[in-house]
Amino acid sequence: MSRSTMVWLVVFLLGAAGLATNLVVRPKGFGLAYVHDEPVRRVEVTVGPPIGADANEPTETKWVEAGGPELDRPNVSRTTTPEVSWIEESQVTPAKAWDEMQGDPSYRLSLKHTLGIWVAAFFTLAVLSFLWRDNPVYKFAESVIVGVSAAYWMLNAFWATLVPNLIQPLFPKFVQSWAMPGTTGEASDFWFVTLVPLTFAVMLLLRLSPKGGWIAAWPLAFVIGTTAGMKLVSHVQADFLSMLSGSVLPLYATDAQGRFELGTSIGNFVLIVGLLSVLTYFFFSVEHRGTIGKFARLGVWFLMVSFGAAFAFTVMGRITLLSERLEFLFSDWLWLIDPKGAHTAMGLLFSIR
Amino acid sequence: MLKFLEQLDRRVAFLLMGLAVAIPILFPLPLSYKPSPLAQSAFDAIDRLPDGSKVVFSFDYDPASSGELQPMSNALVYHCARKRHKLYFMALWAPGKTICTETIATVLLKYRPDAAYGEDYVELGYQSGNEGVIKIAATDLRQQYKTDIKGTPLEAIPMMEGVNNLQAMDLLITISAGYPGSKEWVQYFSTPFPRTRMITGTTGVQSVSLYPYIPNQIAGMLGAIKGAAEYETIVNEQYPVNGKPVPELGEGQRRMGPQLVAHMLMVSLILLGNAIFFMQRKARREGRR
Repeated sequence: MSRSTMVWLVVFLLGAAGLATNLVVRPKGFGLAYVHDEPVRRVEVTVGPPIGADANEPTETKWVEAGGPELDRPNVSRTTTPEVSWIEESQVTPAKAWDEMQGDPSYRLSLKHTLGIWVAAFFTLAVLSFLWRDNPVYKFAESVIVGVSAAYWMLNAFWATLVPNLIQPLFPKFVQSWAMPGTTGEASDFWFVTLVPLTFAVMLLLRLSPKGGWIAAWPLAFVIGTTAGMKLVSHVQADFLSMLSGSVLPLYATDAQGRFELGTSIGNFVLIVGLLSVLTYFFFSVEHRGTIGKFARLGVWFLMVSFGAAFAFTVMGRITLLSERLEFLFSDWLWLIDPKGAHTAMGLLFSIR
Repeated sequence: MLKFLEQLDRRVAFLLMGLAVAIPILFPLPLSYKPSPLAQSAFDAIDRLPDGSKVVFSFDYDPASSGELQPMSNALVYHCARKRHKLYFMALWAPGKTICTETIATVLLKYRPDAAYGEDYVELGYQSGNEGVIKIAATDLRQQYKTDIKGTPLEAIPMMEGVNNLQAMDLLITISAGYPGSKEWVQYFSTPFPRTRMITGTTGVQSVSLYPYIPNQIAGMLGAIKGAAEYETIVNEQYPVNGKPVPELGEGQRRMGPQLVAHMLMVSLILLGNAIFFMQRKARREGRR
């Protein structure tokens, strides 16, 4: 048996033993999710003009809660459309579900959500397994994540971009009937403007054609041009001019009462020296020797400090992501800890905390 | 000793890092935080607004960054709920829409159960177009958003009355994980329309690039999980529930324990790596003689 196989075998056996122990010491299990089913009933009503108002005012048809207070209003009357009902499912903590389940069948174990927790735990461990070495479990997790992401973004592009921005302006009634009931269903006066992006989209797709690829250069040029134009203005205003004015600071800073502020003055001095020295470092028209060279060298130190701060912030972010994942494994999956008070209310014989 | 350190498997460092993060999660460290001026400025920007002010809240992140950013969202939404501000939720990232709905259910409606949809808060949802969404909504909200997330026309929503664009807002809050996010909000909204102040919560990776915008273009910033922990501290002190900290506002503080131990380990490893480097150099020089 190779060393690698031995390591994997030990890891799996330890994991299986840990899960079995956890199951024994927790009679109510772990890694479980519970839901509460709430029936929702809606009836269609016609809302007439308020009492005393002009009777010729238009009426409105809408859906309201069956048995709700709105039905008692004198200007509201039910239509002949049959009542509609469905069940709304909301996730509850195991502690709450155990409390309520005795006399209320609307609280129940959710296989769907429980499976979600176990799948999430599996994928978390699968991705972390890459730290040992590249392996088939990691490859599987990676492929699934890539596939799911691609599918998600394709659907998202259809529903969030194509439907509201392209199909709806061209076919408003059609889209209102199946996708966007809140829209008026009436075409805009300038609906034909939408034909421009449609044409550009078709031209872009011609990039896939063996002969018509050059046609795609035109919409691409339009996209690059408009993006550059939009960004140029914002960068000049938000980054260049605003930061320029923000750098003009007093070296002798005072508070509202005119008293000298040492801390602010030092801060302003450091900022101005840092700004000028870094600019000097990137100024290549003069040879970096003598005083200029030393000042440029100071700029390098300022740059290094800012890179160090950026690195430290990045490390902080990455450690947070790891701690969030481990918290999920220990809390939501294994129930070893319970920082949110979600599952220790009943049924735990053993808990670290 | 040097030979042992030279041949040390990198996976030992991974294991140590795993333990450095896992142990403080299992056995939390009692830490306290002094809020930074940036977190205090963010708090003041919300707190000094009169109750019932209009606040637009943009969820510009996805689940991959929620470990860092969700504690900020919870604390900021809770603070706005206690101030009874009118909240206009939107998202520049598609998954942000779902995160927003969850935050409303778990924080806003829990601590302000009387909040009525359409009167106290509205979900405008996600719109594709990145910074284009900001640019259009800043001048004509209805051109960008025809309906809310439920398909209701904006004209039929009471709290949208008189709100023709984002300039009608008193404050902008954006929780951002990258592009499009805080930088784009600064470039396309807070700079050209400075009447509406902006505060932001950002990932660690993004924080450094946003410091130059403070304080003129960004009024307050929560940088990475430390910013979240600081904000939770302030809000728990100022707006406790029955004299106790809010249960939902503890994630950021909890995650600072692993940060402390992991950072100490990382500094130790950097020092160790440098020590090995100098020992190797010394050994090579002695070998040449």
